Amino acid sequence: MKFSESWLREWVNPAISSDELAHQITMAGLEVDDVAPVAGEFTGVLIGEVVECGPHPDADKLQVTKVNLGPDYNDGELADIVCGAKNCRLGLKVAVATVGAVLPGNFKIKKAKLRGVPSHGMLCSESEIGLSDSSDGIMELANDAPIGMCVREYLDLNDVTIDVDLTANRGDCLGLKGLAREVGVLNGLSVTEPVITAVTPTIDDKIAITLAAQQACPRYLGRVIKNINVKAATPLWMVEKLRRCGIRSIDPVVDVTNYVLLEQGHPMHAFDLAAIEGGINVRYATKDEKLVLLDENEVTLSEQTLVIADDNKALAMAGIFGGLTSGVTTTSTDIFLESAFFAPLAILGKARQYGLHTDASHRYERGIDPQLQRDAMERATQLLLDIVGGEAGPIVEAVSEQNIPTEKTVTLRRAKLDARIGHHISDATVNDILSRLGFSVSEQGTDANKIWTVIVPAYRFDISIEVDLIEEVARIFGYNNIPNVAPRASLAMREQQEAQLPIAKLRNLLVNRGYQEAISYSFVDPKVQRLLHPEQATMTLPHPISSEMSEMRVSLWTGLLQAVAYNQNRQQSRVRLFEAGLRFLPDDSAENGVRQEHMIAGVISGQRSAEHWTIEKAATDFYDIKADVEGLLALTRNASAYSFSQAEIAALHPGQTAAIHKNGVLVGHVGTLHPELERKLGLNGRTLVFELLLSEVCTQNIPQAQDISRFPANRRDIAVVVEEQVSAKKVLQLIEKVGGNYLVDLNLFDVYRGNGIDTGFKSLAIAMILQDNHKTLAEKDITDVVNRVVDTLKTELNASLRD
Amino acid sequence: MNLDDIILQAEQAIAAATDPAELDQVRVNFLGKKGLFTEQMKGLSKLPKEEKPKAGQVINIAKQQVQKLLTERGELLRAAVIRQQLAAETIDVTLPGRGDELGGLHPVTRTIERIESFFGDLGFSVKQGPEVEDDFHNFDALNIPEHHPARQDHDTFYFNPKLVLRTQTSGVQIRTMEKEQPPLRIISPGKVYRNDYDQTHTPMFHQVEGLMVDKDVSFTHLKGVLHDFLHHFFEEEVEIRFRPSYFPFTEPSAEVDIMGKNGKWLEVLGCGMVHPNVLRSVGIDPEEYTGFAFGMGIERLTMLRYGVNDLRSFFENDLRFLKQFK
Repeated sequence: MKFSESWLREWVNPAISSDELAHQITMAGLEVDDVAPVAGEFTGVLIGEVVECGPHPDADKLQVTKVNLGPDYNDGELADIVCGAKNCRLGLKVAVATVGAVLPGNFKIKKAKLRGVPSHGMLCSESEIGLSDSSDGIMELANDAPIGMCVREYLDLNDVTIDVDLTANRGDCLGLKGLAREVGVLNGLSVTEPVITAVTPTIDDKIAITLAAQQACPRYLGRVIKNINVKAATPLWMVEKLRRCGIRSIDPVVDVTNYVLLEQGHPMHAFDLAAIEGGINVRYATKDEKLVLLDENEVTLSEQTLVIADDNKALAMAGIFGGLTSGVTTTSTDIFLESAFFAPLAILGKARQYGLHTDASHRYERGIDPQLQRDAMERATQLLLDIVGGEAGPIVEAVSEQNIPTEKTVTLRRAKLDARIGHHISDATVNDILSRLGFSVSEQGTDANKIWTVIVPAYRFDISIEVDLIEEVARIFGYNNIPNVAPRASLAMREQQEAQLPIAKLRNLLVNRGYQEAISYSFVDPKVQRLLHPEQATMTLPHPISSEMSEMRVSLWTGLLQAVAYNQNRQQSRVRLFEAGLRFLPDDSAENGVRQEHMIAGVISGQRSAEHWTIEKAATDFYDIKADVEGLLALTRNASAYSFSQAEIAALHPGQTAAIHKNGVLVGHVGTLHPELERKLGLNGRTLVFELLLSEVCTQNIPQAQDISRFPANRRDIAVVVEEQVSAKKVLQLIEKVGGNYLVDLNLFDVYRGNGIDTGFKSLAIAMILQDNHKTLAEKDITDVVNRVVDTLKTELNASLRD
Repeated sequence: MNLDDIILQAEQAIAAATDPAELDQVRVNFLGKKGLFTEQMKGLSKLPKEEKPKAGQVINIAKQQVQKLLTERGELLRAAVIRQQLAAETIDVTLPGRGDELGGLHPVTRTIERIESFFGDLGFSVKQGPEVEDDFHNFDALNIPEHHPARQDHDTFYFNPKLVLRTQTSGVQIRTMEKEQPPLRIISPGKVYRNDYDQTHTPMFHQVEGLMVDKDVSFTHLKGVLHDFLHHFFEEEVEIRFRPSYFPFTEPSAEVDIMGKNGKWLEVLGCGMVHPNVLRSVGIDPEEYTGFAFGMGIERLTMLRYGVNDLRSFFENDLRFLKQFK
């Protein structure tokens, strides 16, 4: 809510500066977002009267004027001023930037000639003195504006607009009345309210009011005002107050209802009396009932929507928005004025259902003072009659007393106050705070047993239980006056499972291997995701930021690959990135129908190693990224539980993809991106990726020590020739199987194709380490193992020893 | 040849040897099996028995003298060889070393790890929660019923009216309290989502939620813990203020601002005493237990700590940005 400081000071005027005031209310929980001057910086602008006005001899659009600036200006000499505004006319009171004036933007006014005619000053528009962003023509001041007076002084422009970002619980501060009450509490000052007197009816016209929905609308006041002049001008003081609170002047009727809205925090609505057929009924909409709103949109009302209706039709959406056909127009002469209390629960969420949010709905949703309707009606009537004339009828009030929110009695216990705050605030201070807030307070008991019984006015919708009062006491006492204390707790040791592998370890391993951690959005471009995971069902956001951010990711690859492209486009050719985060898979058997699984994924591209004069340049390949994955798996101290096998998935190169299984369960993939996708994603060169289910790599085996052998180890190398399609895994698994107890380690150290090896075959060089815990192995023990291995390879895999 | 001549010859030969191999040849020539000294010793057999010891002793002394010269010259020559080798093997030690450069953690992770460490010291354990969340855990259980105006402040991404991308990590409080009984001390870092994208908002960002529930937990404790945290996090006495605010799930509620380098207050977290309705909704008696909760914006803290100016750079994954946090 925006408000003008000087308007506030009409109600309550603490002896503090604007900045101090802003700080004070911020620290009371009404956060000030902005303090802005209500006009630009300017000097030398005086009120003048156009006393001569004629066409410019050489320019169609210019007028030549003489302006009276009073006896004190240049000894009463009239100023010659050329003006281009259409509304410049004889007798107009204008704001004149005199020679020597400085306007916003350090624009200095000097003597000039316009098309040969001297011009000593400028007639100002509102935008030229920083009162608005744009304006149509020059400012028209009231006829009684005193000639020669400084415009800053006349318009009281040494004022600021204070913008408070009110929290949802403080609907009571959505008007000057509430804000002034709060400032009064904070400064211990009483508040001067504008005097509201009942307007004596001069006509008998009235409209019957029925409350069909009494819970939703327990009070409705209506009044007929006839023979008004809608074309009358809203007085400048009102236009200015509205403007400083962020509301544009429309016409006097709308301006007055807005003025009361700002002043009293109470929404009002005016209907064109001619549009009302019969009586007023406040009821829920009927099924499929239609209403054309003031913004000319037709809506189909739901049966939970409260409307103001006449005998035949809905006229307005209650507490939210007026209807077009019953709106006040420039041709209206008679109006019907509404001042009603709608229960917050009847309005909450309704405006939003129709994509609406209005000043009225904002207030009714948060709750307005249920006792304020008559005051608001009288205030609006008085202001209206002053501006547009006319005759007011009597106020008709329909009320359902039992549905009007009443004052609440809330108790506050000293023990609970102290316990929750942790700091003792004296009885006297508590009494003072509660009573300054306008609550009536009575006390029972003493010291720790003291109980306050507090009667809270109905307009404080946010206070109904003890902690609400505790917050009020703490808030007014000042949070920063409450000490900081370290909490006490029993020193219970926390459980720490050694078998749990902290994700930090996985992260650090990748960092040590040269990976940079990335974080990408959880919602991705469906087009890209579809390329990578064409078969996978996904979750789509109905209202995304953009279509490129509309689908929940089903793997981390989409974000990572886009990051690779992004970096390659910025001359970063060697990229190693990893990310840890959730993927989102639709799954009816999971909570809320979505499986949210933690993944860890990586991508590499570019040179295998950073450039170095001792290292030959080579593009990174499958075995680089596989080593990184093996590194991660090694952290589990259970690497043998994981196995790699040839696999095919849409995103990856069909010949360079491994599925990773843990004890038979698929836990991830590693491979080379499909060349077709490299092209489509705009990637430069080979790109390799991996992704693992974090839950399957985040436990580790706890070390179990074995005796180490005191006897020497023996190494025997064999080179076996097998057909190409025989995988290394097969060969090694077979050797392990038949190697026996002496075989303690196995290492495939060379793969050879070419001279001496038939096409379609390859030679695998394997080192076997043989050792025993109880003796030095004899040559025969060793050759037995080697022979057994070679024979088995021969029979099972058709392998031969390389010569 | 008499012994003196042999010695003279040996001395000359030793001095003339220029490398260990030549010197070794000299040794063989004089001291080897067929060397000159061996021949001298063989000559002893021709002498009378009583002269043999004396003559033998003379030869041995001469032999030792040559041996000594050989050893000395040998050390000298070997030293020269090593010097030569070392000179030949001298490298430019200022050339860069071999091997991969180090990667680095994302600055958001860096901040989360620091926060986990600070609160871990106080016995707070780390909890995780889902990011696609039901409206019960994201709103209702936090005392934000349907149509509550506070819901509208959240710019929520809805999948349907019952399912959202969580707007706050506070739902983890509920999930924890549903399962565990007080005393509770937890923090929960993670991603949260708001439908808002401009210079100062990204539709995804990170929060760390904190919750402490015990007997006799008060607002002074909340202030104490957060004061300590902010001072330790920034490693300086930053100016801090607690400003009354409103969250439906805490009361009293506060927002905490710190004084920025530009002299303006900057909001870094929201906090408060857990609302009795929230405790009640998970079966904890608010008459017996009280608690505080807080939620802080990780990106905001990271920006202040490391001087990052543009929030959006956290999720662009530009290596030039990320590598600064190695």
